[in-house]
Amino acid sequence: MACRPQLTPVLRRLARTTSELSRQAPRPQVLSLTRTAAAAGSRSLGSSQPRPFQHTPARRKDGDDFTSIKYPELKRDGRFGRLTLDHVAHFRSLLGDSNSALIDGVANAEAAADDLEPFNSDWMRKYRGHTQLVLKPASTTEVSQILKYCNDNMLAVVPQGGNTGLVGGSVPVFDEIVLSMSRMSQILEFDDVSGTLVAEAGCILEVADQYLAARGYIFPLDLGAKGSCHLGGNLSTNAGGLRLLRYGSLHGTVLGIEAVLPDGTVVDDLSRLRKNNTGYDLKQLFIGAEGTIGVITKVSIQCPQRPAAQNVAFFGLESYEHAQRAFREAKGQLSEILSAFELMDEGSQALVHRVTGSKRPLESTHPFYCLIETSGSNADHDSEKLSAFLESVMDKGIVADGTLAQDETQLRALWAWREGITEALGHLGGVFKYDVSIPLAQMYQLVEDTRARVAEAGLLGDDADGTHPVRAVVGYGHMGDSNLHLNISTRRFDPRIEKVLEPFVYEWIAQRQGSISAEHGLGLAKKKYIGYSRSEGMVGLMKQIKGLYDPRGIMNPYKYI
Amino acid sequence: MSALRILVPIKRVIDYAVKPRVNKAQTGVETAGVKHSMNPFDELSVEESVRIREKKSAPGGVEDICVISAGPTKAQDILRTAMAMGADRAIHVEVKEGEDLEPLSVAKLLKTAVEQQKSNLVILGKQSIDDDANQTGQMLAGLLGWPQATQASKVEFGEGDTVSVTREVDGGAETLKAKLPMIITTDLRLNEPRYASLPNIMKAKKKPLEKKTLADFGITAERRLKVLKVTEPPTRQGGGKVDDVDGLISKLKEMGAI
Repeated sequence: MACRPQLTPVLRRLARTTSELSRQAPRPQVLSLTRTAAAAGSRSLGSSQPRPFQHTPARRKDGDDFTSIKYPELKRDGRFGRLTLDHVAHFRSLLGDSNSALIDGVANAEAAADDLEPFNSDWMRKYRGHTQLVLKPASTTEVSQILKYCNDNMLAVVPQGGNTGLVGGSVPVFDEIVLSMSRMSQILEFDDVSGTLVAEAGCILEVADQYLAARGYIFPLDLGAKGSCHLGGNLSTNAGGLRLLRYGSLHGTVLGIEAVLPDGTVVDDLSRLRKNNTGYDLKQLFIGAEGTIGVITKVSIQCPQRPAAQNVAFFGLESYEHAQRAFREAKGQLSEILSAFELMDEGSQALVHRVTGSKRPLESTHPFYCLIETSGSNADHDSEKLSAFLESVMDKGIVADGTLAQDETQLRALWAWREGITEALGHLGGVFKYDVSIPLAQMYQLVEDTRARVAEAGLLGDDADGTHPVRAVVGYGHMGDSNLHLNISTRRFDPRIEKVLEPFVYEWIAQRQGSISAEHGLGLAKKKYIGYSRSEGMVGLMKQIKGLYDPRGIMNPYKYI
Repeated sequence: MSALRILVPIKRVIDYAVKPRVNKAQTGVETAGVKHSMNPFDELSVEESVRIREKKSAPGGVEDICVISAGPTKAQDILRTAMAMGADRAIHVEVKEGEDLEPLSVAKLLKTAVEQQKSNLVILGKQSIDDDANQTGQMLAGLLGWPQATQASKVEFGEGDTVSVTREVDGGAETLKAKLPMIITTDLRLNEPRYASLPNIMKAKKKPLEKKTLADFGITAERRLKVLKVTEPPTRQGGGKVDDVDGLISKLKEMGAI
């Protein structure tokens, strides 16, 4: 087997797509890894300069990309206290004097600036805060003590996981204290009969999944950022991802949580039971709350058996209508083994091709592509079903062309054409991202209408000299979940783009009773637009909950609620 | 120039992307329940044969592309894959699971196959990624008395049955020229194998697949080599952390490094 490493050159495209683009290997230096990947070419909308690879002092000093400057309507809440050396001394006494538990920029802001930077900005570099203090508790007790002290002293707190969010929910706006869960990363217990996993909130998703893989189980959630994101963050944002079609949302798979309220109360709802009808299901409030009512510290989750056999097929389709028919056929013929049905348009695939240079799976181009994954327990049984399905969709003329992964390497390479879109777009410049849920029949209409609108405004053009600020308007997403990602890839920041897009996109979605945030959350990015998907009455009820659990409002302030 | 009758031997091996594990008895690598696929070097051979036909690079044209594999029944899957990529037909030589052939037996088998199929060009992977023997192509050339060009990175056809093969060697490229019939073994940079398209996967199901046994080639699965023990490489020792420069220096002294 010694020559396996030598295969790298021939499998260059695969190696690149699998290891660099999205499926990151788990590494302990999580934050720095994401950062390097993002820094390789992405730049934010708010800044005109390409980012250097590392955070240089020069970059820190140009402060025009601070969230507080980009969003002048956000004002620091005067009720919140300013951090003092006394506060820091108290935290030090709580957490111990080790540097790993606390990053202090209060005593010497300049010296700590580099260390604080990863906690202050998100990976897309759209948001950047001014925190002077990062706390990394190692236990629930420490979290409780920290929050109680912050609550008593009116110090605002932003809980932070892997910081891989897309809506700015996990980074501070002003000088909120960052409560990083990265040291609470242990897997606590696993029951290999029931498949119940209990882990701390800072456990990295891919670490949990690999732990489960060794025991024949699978984590019910999978997403591109799995090498960096934390379970706590996944729950707090109610992340959807690639396996939702098969295993359902976290609202169903999470059995229990342990959380800490701002006053230090530990909410001990760490049930390991599938059935538990005893009063209000309060844990559901924390799933998707984005850290606004408390901090999740532990998670108990039901994990399904890992499928022994997986197959991936990739199709070219002539129209969106064909894609819908293919989806219906897939549900009908593959039913229980269908585990993903993903849609990509030609625009998105052309951009991935431009960035990665990988060999395209199909010889000719088609307006739409879809990726189908099946997971089952018996490889022969599955491939028989899949072949029958492939034959039937080819015969009926539903798909124009397609391919079926013949080995594991091809399987990963095909997935990279879907999972690699986000990063490929990031390499080409700033991206306006809309993660929306729309009734299936009209789903792609949004991309077409948006494209027409941007073109009408004279902003769209894929020309070499770059006269048009928008390069492409593309759409892709989880067709199986009616979840579309509308992406507008830009060349440079131009205030006209945002005016054309917003509130147009949100109004379009509201008219069709869609959701303006299907799986990314609201954070800061969609704070203003919650009204398009939730009525005043609903937002009022949310505010009541917020008021009840966080009466002093110290948890993740300035965000959606 | 004579029309090419290409024979492409292929092997079913543990998937490139799967990490192989040594079995408990330490007699070999665990293969049960592990994903298998075509040896990546063999994919290159199949791709190259199909390209020679598609690009009409051989003056005499390509008359036949035949893939052959000796292995368990499951080896038929990779033969179908090769036919989906463009091979015309396949021969499966049934070998029981666990009765793996040694390179010399494979070479003898292929010699007979070449004679039976009247092949005048054999393109095979330079090695399989399970045994890493890198012997079969060379032995086959010896048995047949044909010229061989190993580790090809480029194959070109000239007048009068000549074939030029570029191979990567230390410090540059070496170009060999030989006359058909000949043996070529493939290396990584020869080409980039295609994805088998759905229509071709369908068609491949109807292409002929001949089933044979070792006896048809006058061979038995005898073993000249005995595997004594298979072990994994020692696991890497984790490093330690030191608090400061003084700590590092004292640690280095302790280890006798300075």
